[in-house]
Amino acid sequence: MNVKQISVFLENKPGYLFSMTKVLAEHRIDMRAFSLAETSDFGIARLIVDDVLATATVLKEAGFVCSLTPVLAVAVPDVPGGLNQVLELLAADEVNVEYMYAFLSGQNAYMIFRVADVPRAAASLAASGIRLVSQDELSEL
Amino acid sequence: MERYYQPEIETAPREQIQAWQDERLVRQVRHVWDSVPYYRRLMEEKGLTPDDIKGTADLHKLPFISKHDLREAYPYGMLAVPLKDCVRIHSTSGTTGKRVIAYYTQHDIDLWDDCCARAIVAAGGSDEDVCQISYGFGLFTGGAGLNGGSHKVGCLTVPISSGNTERQIMFMMDLKATILCCTPSYAAYLGESMKEMGLTPDQIPLKAGIFGAEAWSEEMRKSIEETLGIKAYDIYGLTETSGPGVAFECSEQTGMHINEDHFIAEIIDPDTGEVLPDGEEGELVFTALDKEAFPLLRYRTRDVCVLSHKPCSCGRTHVKMCKPRGRTDDMLIIRGVNVFPSQIETVLLNQGYPANYQIIVDRVNNTDTLDIQVEMTPEMFTDSLAEITGRQKKLVEGLRSMLGLTAKVTLVAPKSITRSEGKAVRVIDKRKI
Repeated sequence: MNVKQISVFLENKPGYLFSMTKVLAEHRIDMRAFSLAETSDFGIARLIVDDVLATATVLKEAGFVCSLTPVLAVAVPDVPGGLNQVLELLAADEVNVEYMYAFLSGQNAYMIFRVADVPRAAASLAASGIRLVSQDELSEL
Repeated sequence: MERYYQPEIETAPREQIQAWQDERLVRQVRHVWDSVPYYRRLMEEKGLTPDDIKGTADLHKLPFISKHDLREAYPYGMLAVPLKDCVRIHSTSGTTGKRVIAYYTQHDIDLWDDCCARAIVAAGGSDEDVCQISYGFGLFTGGAGLNGGSHKVGCLTVPISSGNTERQIMFMMDLKATILCCTPSYAAYLGESMKEMGLTPDQIPLKAGIFGAEAWSEEMRKSIEETLGIKAYDIYGLTETSGPGVAFECSEQTGMHINEDHFIAEIIDPDTGEVLPDGEEGELVFTALDKEAFPLLRYRTRDVCVLSHKPCSCGRTHVKMCKPRGRTDDMLIIRGVNVFPSQIETVLLNQGYPANYQIIVDRVNNTDTLDIQVEMTPEMFTDSLAEITGRQKKLVEGLRSMLGLTAKVTLVAPKSITRSEGKAVRVIDKRKI
């Protein structure tokens, strides 16, 4: 079960991130999660949104370069040790996490993982009772 | 089957070309001596009279004319006929200083149009073709030259000029234009715009393009040919010698045939002025043989180039010049290293980057910096920082092996580098020296 994240190329200069959020705001795109990776001259914004297709379309129309990346989304109760439990399972299965970010909603902690082989990681987590989250569930949060 | 516009001239035996050049040079030197006091003084300073020039073997004795001379002589100093005999002027863009004004009699226009007609026929043009001229019209020679040539060939001519890309594409598609004439950077931009509109090369009616007025690389040619689904031909010229059509490419695409019945080309050492043998790289110098109004003798173009007399498979016998490596005044000297923007373009296109780039030179703490800004494209983008920076490093490596110095590569947002409708602005030199 994978979720589509939108990755957007951003030039690392004042106002550029704003020019992207402005497009999203104008089109009433609702973000669930957002993270930013950067080098000295450019960055990649990573977004989980309510409507993937609409977001990709409006960003492309506004001249942004973006792509869809499959990621793994899981939900665990928001208690100490929640993330640790998930990472322990991934480590035991020798899954390398390229990057991750997390957000809270209600009683749950939601975690987004970028791994090389999403289906394999998903299967291994599901077998250990970790709840995987679908695109629809994220959209409805 | 190779076709020619003027076969008896274009495929003339070398002895015939030699005879034309000898005879016309003697006549032209006399004409200039009699009517251009500025050049007569230059000849006198060297102790020369027209009697000293008996043929092309004596050409090397004549003084050079430089852009500086044309500025000194502005506006009428090089004019060789009464103004009443002139029917038109054209002018350089003046980006490197004062404009140069070139004058034309009807005879001069006719021979210029012939040269452009040869280029169009060499690119496969005939009276069956629709020729869209997207070079600027006006003082710039690009539009007028190809327009005249297209008329001579009998193409249906679309004198649309540059700019208004949507209208360009509409006319091209609706009128089924088969030949496109413009600057290579504008051809690339038109191609990019058509691709964005979802047009594939087989939907585009064009079959050939004639592109010139700026330096462009072999890689850029490939990229334009692929996007537009055409064969792209180079054309060369400069306002000072008439305009485009001084030299043009044939089906072999291995250099441009210089119209030697009208121009003598020489390659010189730019430092000593000494004439270099065939095959050696140096500055290109032109002598116009039968222009009446603005007949420049030994005009230094500042273009760095090589000539070749190897027989050509197209059957033309006129000498070929390579794609100029760049103007000597386009050349950048960065940390003491000579750098031509065309070398940078070659590396970029080889590694799959777009032809939209800008070169920014600056001086920080007394050291020259070279920053190459490249636009990010959907094809190049991935979610992985490591992959993108890895590719950036590969580009820096490629540039280092081509140029011999380290450049910084900055990835910038798509469409953030200004598109040009005429000559592209590739270099921004911020150094204050």
